[in-house]
Amino acid sequence: MKNLVAFPLLALVFILQSAVASRIPLLSGAVDLPLLLLVAWALQERVQAAWTWAIVAAMMASFFSALPPVAYFVGYLSVVFLARFIQRQVWQLPILAMFTVSFLGTLWMHAVSFASLSFFGSPISPADILSLITMPTLFLNFLLAIPVHSLMRDLAIWVFPSEELV
Amino acid sequence: MKDLFSRSVQAVIIFLLIAGVLALALGGYLNFFSTGLNTVLVSTQSWISVRFVAIQEFITLPRDATTLRQENARLQEEVSRLQAQVVQYQRQVAETQSLAALVNFSRSNPENVYTAASVIGRDPSPFLHYIIIDKGSADGIRRGMPVVTDQGLVGRVDAVISNAARVQLITDPGSAVNVRIEEADRDVVLVGSVSGDLSLDLVAQDVTLEAGDLLLTSGLGGSYPPDLIVGQILNVRKRDSDIFQQATVQSVVDFAALKIVLIVTDFRPVNISPLIPVP
Repeated sequence: MKNLVAFPLLALVFILQSAVASRIPLLSGAVDLPLLLLVAWALQERVQAAWTWAIVAAMMASFFSALPPVAYFVGYLSVVFLARFIQRQVWQLPILAMFTVSFLGTLWMHAVSFASLSFFGSPISPADILSLITMPTLFLNFLLAIPVHSLMRDLAIWVFPSEELV
Repeated sequence: MKDLFSRSVQAVIIFLLIAGVLALALGGYLNFFSTGLNTVLVSTQSWISVRFVAIQEFITLPRDATTLRQENARLQEEVSRLQAQVVQYQRQVAETQSLAALVNFSRSNPENVYTAASVIGRDPSPFLHYIIIDKGSADGIRRGMPVVTDQGLVGRVDAVISNAARVQLITDPGSAVNVRIEEADRDVVLVGSVSGDLSLDLVAQDVTLEAGDLLLTSGLGGSYPPDLIVGQILNVRKRDSDIFQQATVQSVVDFAALKIVLIVTDFRPVNISPLIPVP
């Protein structure tokens, strides 16, 4: 039941991404707030329902974006899987885990987006993507990784105040 | 009688003393004494005055400073309010100018019916160049309708919900627009890219392209109405060893600053895909 907080929060994040973050590009890249939010949430030790969040985020992203929905479902679920895996390995270093998963997750999301767009016939150059989109996005994601992680840690403590696992 | 006499004598003596002192003073014989007395008096008065002013300032200055601080805060608040008002007015002026330009455009192109919409967002994916507008099927917007500004072609409606729609910009890498080179009178295809740059691809070598040539929609394919301004050729890359030549195009629309757009609501795109032979 507590996971229902995902709906308003993810909706707000997607609105912010569409209305604000996408309008502040660095070259052609922009910070990926939904991805950072998912990663930060999945890295919280007391959270076990990150899969639900990934599915909700993928559904919302498919509603907002013209990117094929399969790209978001595959991308977000994979990123949550990676975050849960990393969280178990380096649980004592949450910031390091946040940076690692943000880095790998961004690369993975862009690879999936590129693959899906290429599959559906959009002519895109991988070199252009790397220099114009991926590198700037990585930089911006790193900038916001720590604040987003802190916010999600506070949210996790607020949603799950005791040591209960959901 | 004796008392009366003695009082008269006293008065006379006092009068004589005063007269004598006055006479001495007027004669300049009391200068030393009066100067010394004046010096003492002035010094005393100065000392007291300085201390009094200092005490008065000590008591009143903090009150003045508090008043000044309050006044300063009030004025700063006023300045902030006025600055916000100026920004709001500037935004309203800019919006009014945009709307006026769009109204002029729709008046000068009466062959079409337009619906104005505000741009409320962009596609969350940086790979795509789409905008989200605040008009949808409830306002008569349908998929495939062309979107323009007073400057030229913007794109076309890609998806619609009841009160919003998603528009694919012509700069999107998946966009292809049939355009006509006005000067050369040839039809070519304009494509977008990840970076948002526009280019003409697969242009035959015999076509004469020159920087500054105007590009209009040709209407071929049925996706866009003809004769909408798209842009100008910026530069041409032509090599004898290549089969085709390429050209980069400068759009007439500033896609980064899109705020209000017009949807051509009386245009029905033609789906010619069933007519294209499948190999």
